[in-house]
Amino acid sequence: MADLLTVNKSPFEKNSLELAIKYSQPGSAILLIEDGVYGAMKGTVAEAMVKGAMGDKKMYALKSDLKARAIKDDRVIDGVEVVDYAGFVDLVEANDKVQAWL
Amino acid sequence: MKLAVQVNEGPYQHQATDSAYHFTKAALEKGHEVFRVFFYHDGVLNGTRLTTPPQDDRNIVNRWVELAEKYDLDLVLCVAAAQRRGLVDDGEAERNKKDATNIAPKFRISGLGQLIEAAIQADRLVVFGD
Repeated sequence: MADLLTVNKSPFEKNSLELAIKYSQPGSAILLIEDGVYGAMKGTVAEAMVKGAMGDKKMYALKSDLKARAIKDDRVIDGVEVVDYAGFVDLVEANDKVQAWL
Repeated sequence: MKLAVQVNEGPYQHQATDSAYHFTKAALEKGHEVFRVFFYHDGVLNGTRLTTPPQDDRNIVNRWVELAEKYDLDLVLCVAAAQRRGLVDDGEAERNKKDATNIAPKFRISGLGQLIEAAIQADRLVVFGD
């Protein structure tokens, strides 16, 4: 049973992304929204953790929140899928449960 | 799919209310049903009709109202959170002897049971806030 976890905090501010990765089941989807999208950036100390999570989880980042923070597509970690709000809705539908990792 | 949305933050303070609005709008535009949007904690501040944001800024309250008018959305403010923060409708004004109301059209004040019911009725509950 796949879960969708939303993370809205920067990994440089709070450990919610780390905990979401640690406690979610294999096959889960993690969607980075709001300040959470900083976790999708290349070249940060969080990159290895995010790449490691993609072994058995899918990572997504919300397009408008990346744009609002001037994170262009080429600065997003390879393998992190960028979705818009319609894509957010599709992820909610595709997974059995949605857990906001606050 | 039937969705319920919970908003825990006030407008102009936290992005949560913007995220919740855009998510709700996208879901409705895709043809999904939004059973209820429940405003909890500071989220109840989304429901005052007395806000006047600058003209070049988004009007968060009106935006909810317009979405509710278009899709007949059920926008519910938690009563305990509303009482603490001074969100008043006719019933609350009478019950608590207040001299005015400030609730925006299409919003209503009700209890936490409405959140539980929404979580039971909906296929997914999506929460925005801290």
